[in-house]
Amino acid sequence: MKYTWDIVRIIVYIICAPLLGGLLAGVDRKVTARMQGRKGPSVLQSFYDVGKLFNKEILTISRVQYMYVWCFLAFVIFTGACFFGGFDILLVFFALTTAAMFFVVVASIANSPFSRMGAMRELVQMLSYEPMLILVAVGFYKATGSFMVREIAAQETSAIMYLPGVFVGLVFILTIKLRKSPYDLSTSHHAHQEMVKGITTELSGGMFALIEITHWYENILLMGVVALFILNCHWWSIIVALVVVALVYFLEILIDNTCARVKWNVMFKTAWGVTLVFGTINILILQYLMK
Amino acid sequence: MEFMGFLILFPFLAAVILACTKNDGVRKVVVYTSSAVIIAVAIYFSVTRLVSGQAVSYLESTEIIDIIMLCGEVFLMILIVVLSFKHKRLFPALLSIVQTGFILWFELFSDRSGVSEATHLFCDRLTVVMCLIVAVIGSLICVYAVGYLRDYHNHHTEYNDRRPFFFGMLFVFLGAMFGLIFSSNLVWIYFFWEITSVSSFLLIGYTKTDEAVTNSFRALWMNLLGGFGFCIGLIYAELVLGITTLQQLVTCGQSTVIIPVVLLAFAGLTKSAQFPFSKWLLGAMVAPTPSSALLHSATMVKAGVYLLLRLAPVMSGTWAGAMVALVGGFTFFIASVLAMTKSDGKSVLAYSTISNLGLITACAGVGAIQTVWAGVLLMIFHAVSKSLLFQTVGAVENTTGSRNIEDMNGLIKTYPALATAMGIGIAGMFLAPFGMLISKWAALKAFVDADNIILIMCLAFGSATTLFYWTKWLCKILARTPKKALPNKTSANQWCSIGAHTVMMILMCLTFPLIAKYLLQPMLADIYGKTVGTVLSRSDMLIMIFMLIAFAVIPAVGYLVTSRVKVSKSKEYIAGINTGDHENFIDSFGDRKYMNLSNWYFVNSINEKKWLYFSNWGASAIIIICGIVAIGGVL
Repeated sequence: MKYTWDIVRIIVYIICAPLLGGLLAGVDRKVTARMQGRKGPSVLQSFYDVGKLFNKEILTISRVQYMYVWCFLAFVIFTGACFFGGFDILLVFFALTTAAMFFVVVASIANSPFSRMGAMRELVQMLSYEPMLILVAVGFYKATGSFMVREIAAQETSAIMYLPGVFVGLVFILTIKLRKSPYDLSTSHHAHQEMVKGITTELSGGMFALIEITHWYENILLMGVVALFILNCHWWSIIVALVVVALVYFLEILIDNTCARVKWNVMFKTAWGVTLVFGTINILILQYLMK
Repeated sequence: MEFMGFLILFPFLAAVILACTKNDGVRKVVVYTSSAVIIAVAIYFSVTRLVSGQAVSYLESTEIIDIIMLCGEVFLMILIVVLSFKHKRLFPALLSIVQTGFILWFELFSDRSGVSEATHLFCDRLTVVMCLIVAVIGSLICVYAVGYLRDYHNHHTEYNDRRPFFFGMLFVFLGAMFGLIFSSNLVWIYFFWEITSVSSFLLIGYTKTDEAVTNSFRALWMNLLGGFGFCIGLIYAELVLGITTLQQLVTCGQSTVIIPVVLLAFAGLTKSAQFPFSKWLLGAMVAPTPSSALLHSATMVKAGVYLLLRLAPVMSGTWAGAMVALVGGFTFFIASVLAMTKSDGKSVLAYSTISNLGLITACAGVGAIQTVWAGVLLMIFHAVSKSLLFQTVGAVENTTGSRNIEDMNGLIKTYPALATAMGIGIAGMFLAPFGMLISKWAALKAFVDADNIILIMCLAFGSATTLFYWTKWLCKILARTPKKALPNKTSANQWCSIGAHTVMMILMCLTFPLIAKYLLQPMLADIYGKTVGTVLSRSDMLIMIFMLIAFAVIPAVGYLVTSRVKVSKSKEYIAGINTGDHENFIDSFGDRKYMNLSNWYFVNSINEKKWLYFSNWGASAIIIICGIVAIGGVL
């Protein structure tokens, strides 16, 4: 059957992504700790935390918050399944926007100042990174002639050879998407959040655990997009892709630990600036070369 | 053909009856029956035309009708001149006199012997699409207007009750729109175009306040300016090129056809409120909501993009197309940025309309098959969702007294039905997998194929800003305040229209693959005169259907799954100064204070006046430069 491998990849994603994502989060904390001269928690700590959260009492402002959290989780899984199933990458990004919208709605439901401000900041974050995401899809199309992930991954040359600028732009906005300093305005894993917990202030117990798991799914999806720049039809590209993903994630952790959080204007201007400079020029050059 | 004639003339008859009807009960009956008749006839006509599949044209010799139209033109000119002098505004009067003068000279004294008789009415699938939009949405808005205006005048006793006039004008407008979309003869289209301009002018000035008068005259001169371009274009087309119909204009192969195309495109740009002609649409929001919904979002402005879409094949690859595409893309982006700064619901809707029209305009300007496909799809979905949004905002304004988004906090608790309808409208405007998103996706693909980096940028950045202001609004109405549901004050006829729109919205999203295959695909063949490849591939369609299913299933499952889970209600975290009632906090004096959590409006960063000033100059530069290059290139 034509779609067998797609379905296999989708099932693998749905089952393994939270495990990989949690592991990634644990590695993140370990490396961060070592950078800060600490020993750091166990690499499996994120799983222990999520398990503990599921055992805690859920406090909500309104029951419907839980439904929106569920929608957020389900849509991110759906989006990731579309991506790893090899479908249209532009649609994947638009679906990701829909999923992110649910997250914003969850926080806005409560009449809580920190939650609402976090939701507004999350919207400004989305405003900052969305153009670059669309340009990533456009770049892939220009470079490979297709929007379909399975065709982009099966090209003769890796997409990054045509899209170095777009790749740089993607890694830049990844800092926003992964909620790393200096762009962790709406919520952060660190303890220095001036808005308490920002967008996740009013989430607790099992709901908060689900948000964590959703972020794991999303992170694996984002790393998949990074890998897509490297993947080509040769088998060894998978290994190179994994190495590049590891390097990129290490870079994000490094940026996280060396930069202080900035104001929204700086985030917005730098993100749009990088999008315009790296994204546009790269695509312009591609248009010229492809003529 | 009889149906087309009926659809054009019947609304005028209804208008005359309504203008004489002072009794509210009689008016209701007339409006309901007229609307039902129009919808029924239009649907029957559309279905028969779609089934038969052929494009048809009618009516070769029309001397009597032409004379009647000429008298109509003169009547419009006299009306404009009289009203302009009454309110001491010379420019509209001047424009009208000069235009009508040209047309009179052209019709009566110019040498038109070199032209063969061509048909005056035309109907292909694009006509059918427009017919359905005007008939169904337009008539439903008229039904809505009955209840809305009754509430409106109950609240605003300071305005004169001129409802006979208002309803008369609504139906005059409907008749003019039918005339515009069914006509192929350029003079006929021009005549109906001018009627829509004048009816827009009269309806904006309905309340006769100073602001309304100012805004109505601004709308008038901007639309008349476009009409002037149309007039010169059609005169040039017939006298120099021997072209009398829009279809001939599109299929004419000569290079000099670019001149009337540029001028007609200019008219389309003014009618669709693209920069620098956006101010009239923003000012038109002072009018009562039905006129905003009917004229200034769902139907009249569609006349402008309809003309541009018709011209798309001949604009493709030319400087006229570049002018239209650049203005459209630029407008799409700037208008969506400015929409982020407004908290007045109707202002956001106005900017959103301008923005979406900009996208359709850009699609028409590029002129590729996929962009025209995307443009028509955008037009259909935008008409339904924008009309729905205007109506719900109007209903909310009549019910709560405010149309400010900040006052809609927690609307889902106080007026759940209205909030749900509004939410569906908002979701339809920007969320995947709703229609607008599909169109944006198709448009982006087409822009990349056309190698148009500027439009790609406009779409990428504009999408980001668009999602910002819609999500903001959605969050506001979905907030869970501790309020209880309040009794519904919206009348049944308003609900009939709002409900019908919501159902249409959902049905269109669900049947979207069918619409694409059986309506849009053949329509493209009509417009381009040849069979075209499928725009949406099968796997794309499959994903769309999956997303639709996901969007329907996931929230439902989520509701079932999470409704069983044990949760404890708690208070918000406000650093210890909580009063416990979810709305107030304890201030530093120990008093209760209301917690006002407002949305983000970029008040300190985006200066609307400055942005409008520079955008108007930028767009004017684009029009002037591209227009001159286009025309100069063939002269």
